[in-house]
Amino acid sequence: MTAAAGGRVTAFVDNDIRPVGRGRMLRKEDPRFIRGRGRFVDDLQLPGMLHLAILRAPIAHGRILSVDITAAEAHPKVKLVVTGVMLAERSLAWMPTLSGDVQAVLATDKVRFQGQEVAFVVAEDRYAARDALELIAVEYEQLPAVVDVRTALDRSAPVIRDDVEGKTDNHCFDWETGDKAATDAAFARADVAVSQEMVYPRVHPAPLETCGAVADYDAVDGTLTVWSTTQAPHAHRTLFAIVAGLPEHKIRVISPDIGGGFGNKVPIYPGYICAIVGSLLTGKPVKWTEDRSENLTSTAFARDYIMHGEIAATRDGKILAIRTNVLADHGAFNGVAAPTKYPAGFFGVFTGSYDIEAAHCAMTAVYTNKAPGGVAYSCSFRITEAVYLVERLVDCLAYELKMDPVELRLRNLIRPEQFPYTTKTGWVYDSGNYEPTLRAALRIADYEALRREQQDRRARGELMGIGVSFFTEAVGAGPRKDMDIMGLAMADGSELRIHPTGTAVLRVSCQTQGQGHETTFAQIVAEEIGIPPADIRVVHGDTDQTPFGLGTYGSRSTPVSGAAAALVARKVREKARLIASAMLEVSVADLVWEKGSFYVAGDPAASVTIRDIAMRAYGDLPDGIEGGLEAQVCYNPENLTNPNGAYICVVDVDPGTAVVTVRRFIAVDDCGVRINPMIVEGQVHGGLTDGVGMALMEMIAFDEDGNCLGGSLMDYLIPTALEVPDWETGFTETPSPHHPIGAKGVGESATVGSPPAVVNAVVDALRPYALRHVDMPLTPSRLWEAMSGNPRPPI
Amino acid sequence: MQVPVPFDYERATSVEHAIGLLARLGPSARLVAGGHSLLPMMKLRLANFEYLIDINDLHNKLGYVKVEPTQIRIGAMTRHRELLESPELLRSFPIFHDAERVIADPLVRNRGTIGGSLCQADPSEDLCAVCTTLDASCVIRGLDGERVVRMADFYRGPYETAVGDAEMLTEVRFPLRPHGSSAYEKVGRRVGDWAVVSCGAAVWMDDGVITDARVGLAAVGPNTTGIPAISQALRGRPPSQDLYAEAGAIAADYCTPVTDQRGSAEYKRHLAAELTRRAMRRAVARVHGREL
Ligand SMILES: Cc1cc2nc3c(=O)[nH]c(=O)nc-3n(C[C@H](O)[C@H](O)[C@H](O)COP(=O)(O)OP(=O)(O)OC[C@H]3O[C@@H](n4cnc5c(N)ncnc54)[C@H](O)[C@@H]3O)c2cc1C
Repeated sequence: MTAAAGGRVTAFVDNDIRPVGRGRMLRKEDPRFIRGRGRFVDDLQLPGMLHLAILRAPIAHGRILSVDITAAEAHPKVKLVVTGVMLAERSLAWMPTLSGDVQAVLATDKVRFQGQEVAFVVAEDRYAARDALELIAVEYEQLPAVVDVRTALDRSAPVIRDDVEGKTDNHCFDWETGDKAATDAAFARADVAVSQEMVYPRVHPAPLETCGAVADYDAVDGTLTVWSTTQAPHAHRTLFAIVAGLPEHKIRVISPDIGGGFGNKVPIYPGYICAIVGSLLTGKPVKWTEDRSENLTSTAFARDYIMHGEIAATRDGKILAIRTNVLADHGAFNGVAAPTKYPAGFFGVFTGSYDIEAAHCAMTAVYTNKAPGGVAYSCSFRITEAVYLVERLVDCLAYELKMDPVELRLRNLIRPEQFPYTTKTGWVYDSGNYEPTLRAALRIADYEALRREQQDRRARGELMGIGVSFFTEAVGAGPRKDMDIMGLAMADGSELRIHPTGTAVLRVSCQTQGQGHETTFAQIVAEEIGIPPADIRVVHGDTDQTPFGLGTYGSRSTPVSGAAAALVARKVREKARLIASAMLEVSVADLVWEKGSFYVAGDPAASVTIRDIAMRAYGDLPDGIEGGLEAQVCYNPENLTNPNGAYICVVDVDPGTAVVTVRRFIAVDDCGVRINPMIVEGQVHGGLTDGVGMALMEMIAFDEDGNCLGGSLMDYLIPTALEVPDWETGFTETPSPHHPIGAKGVGESATVGSPPAVVNAVVDALRPYALRHVDMPLTPSRLWEAMSGNPRPPI
Repeated sequence: MQVPVPFDYERATSVEHAIGLLARLGPSARLVAGGHSLLPMMKLRLANFEYLIDINDLHNKLGYVKVEPTQIRIGAMTRHRELLESPELLRSFPIFHDAERVIADPLVRNRGTIGGSLCQADPSEDLCAVCTTLDASCVIRGLDGERVVRMADFYRGPYETAVGDAEMLTEVRFPLRPHGSSAYEKVGRRVGDWAVVSCGAAVWMDDGVITDARVGLAAVGPNTTGIPAISQALRGRPPSQDLYAEAGAIAADYCTPVTDQRGSAEYKRHLAAELTRRAMRRAVARVHGREL
């Protein structure tokens, strides 16, 4: 392990100067984005292409009495109008969700959330399509909406899912993990037990690019090409085959440049299916691009957990057990994107980074008249909620014990010799060295000095807060035996070809939405095989061009596809070794690999470079050696990887206005071996910004009739550069023992770890007000109410 | 992409041309200035117009800040950014600089105009509060000439002004009075957000005592009077923290906030007091040539 926290990074090669393998290197994809030459779904123009717009429900819950499309059909530019009933005739009105439920493509019987798809129009241009929506007359019988998740299971609540036979309530599922008896016993023994209810509000991924698709069905050869905003092109192809009944080999899904995903682009949305149906029926390419309001109100939200947490400890601060009851709002359809066996995602890691004796969680999920989703929004399948729960609970415990929150954490962190560590809910953490990571953050922050400054300021009536969080992530889903989505195991393929002149093409199944795969994956291969990253092209996002795999989300690309890339490079290297032995006329056993070349043991002058080998691979070779220099692998991860980190946030709260300013933020991340530290830092910067946004301002709110109040970016606030400080980042490096190059995921670490640090800091600032907890979002109004003695949950 | 209903579009070449078009086309036509309020409403189809009359070519005639001995005149097409950067305004009415720094973002400020802001008459509009604080008058031009109305008459309620269908706002006038200064305070949920509450204050002093004071609030109900009760309470008294607090209490009492996504009515009332206190304190400091 190397610890270089806070200091300048010198351990890495600067790849823009000496370009082979890992190290800082400018991103290969950036020139095209900087020059406006990215190619996004909405940029696509095909000859004869038509445009699709979707009519959406204006109310949250209502029975459809009639849909009249005659006026819309009469619009001179309209080619096609389709209703739910028309889809039902083709058995396409409903589609499976990623979690075994069904979701309406177009509503037939009832609308179940405001913004639900009711009909669609295909027209010559998008203006006409939009105008024609207003010509469709839908009559609704409005029904009472289930908005308050706390009363969704009341007997008197209207039943949302009466499409499901025999359904008499709004219950979605129950889920349980841990050992209840052992946990209760630990609580019974504890000196102190603290309980706290906390809400993780419904938030939205809000990617800059909204969702959309262009579907092009060729009626002559029966092929369907779908360009779509998808984070998982291969999984989508398989699902399209299942939903639309088309032969899978004739479907091609292309995910071109994607303007941010954050989990929003994992599910299949009705719009994609509508575009496909539109193309099937018109014989023309059909484009659908949702607008901002549609994206915010109808596509996958995240979080929406009400968590009742309890933590038990000895008086000197040894944490014994944690238990929690969770009420989860899943919206109108269970569209959560998580591995099949994990209906609550990986929430089970709520024991955090602490060595405790027992834990238990009981969860109830319900349906409400809100948009479906509950997706992984930069959360590693609900680890965001889990980390928030445990990191807030630990602070609540510190509050009750009157102990410094850092001291309390230090007493309970899992020790390095305990790894691999099996948690009390059955997760195996691969590696970690937590204390040095936390100490690195304390050093950068100068924690002692901050606490002294805080005392001085408090004496002057100023409100300064210091918040700490320590998180453990579990990313890289996942091992085939445990993890699949609709029967598709979460293993990833990769393919590498080296051309005669020594340049290479790597094909990966995952898909970049801004993470820099084209750079990082080239560097992984470069490190293994000695070809400069500039000479390695990374092909991704096209099912016809890449091997099968489950896509990019849950920080899984580097842990899974990255491992596949390293292994396929090693496989090609072994092939190169055979060719080198022929070229140098020695046995393979006598060859030594040095990055980029093989030489004869004891005679370094006798060597061939990978470039020489590549040319020979396609030339004359002795009998028995297969020509070419390429290979393919499918990597099945042995376990998840567990990146972790220590975050410290410093805030100032204006006592008169309750406005929070994040003054400093220190993030020390351990994501194992770092391939491109610049990209890692970029991921951390973005995630921290996201975390500050969730802590301070983000929330999708509804009124009592279920109308969504966050339908624009003026109402649903996301943070800007002005809300955040200069990030102070550092790192420690504890390799993953099972990943071929010791790397772990990092994409979501900062989003997972930062919200509790911000909230802990604000609560710490409010110590003079004797508050132990305030729910997010910490808007000035909500915070002022808490300071005035009326804290209230956001829902 | 959000798209408005189809509309026709014409660029006005003069004020007369614009007014002539308005007169001919009636209420189905609208002027478009910076477009930063109008176009979002049209894209969301909250407002649908058949004609847009673009007055941006009139910026060379109606984009100005002119200082005269007794007043400053600002042309209706003067953009937020020009108000922010005007040295004359910074000198005479620092409230503009305070407010413009926190109105929207540079993109909006590059295009949005004072005329559009006042005519939009959004209850959260910051420049309405500024104009109220400074006791501005609006020059409205119609087919038959000009009339000048004070803010209290200009503002008729949310999104409603005294400007008729065939009229346009051409200029806003601000009386210059000696020994005074001004300041603006705003709380938003985020940079670029509309105000939760904002507050402008102007004070005039003589011989160490306050001779007059005006306060303009945004986002807490109709506010075009300058709150005379504050002036009455403060007149003839030397400034002090208690006095600022007193002004704040009057402002809180006077305003009529409602609970919404930006905050609760109670919080907004509290802010009206707090921000009045702060703006008042800052304005007084500026009268004495100090910046807080
Ligand atoms: C993202 C965003 C954030 C914003 N934040 C703030 C904020 O924090 N504070 C704030 O105060 N404002 C804010 N605004 C509003 C901004 O200041 C607008 O520019 C301003 O309200 C309208 O000015 P405009 O020139 O763009 O008017 P337009 O949108 O062109 O017009 C608005 C209305 O005024 C009419 N009109 C325009 N000029 C005239 C005229 N000369 N005579 C008669 N009628 C006329 C138009 O017909 C229209 O009805 C924000 C806007 C955006 C888009």
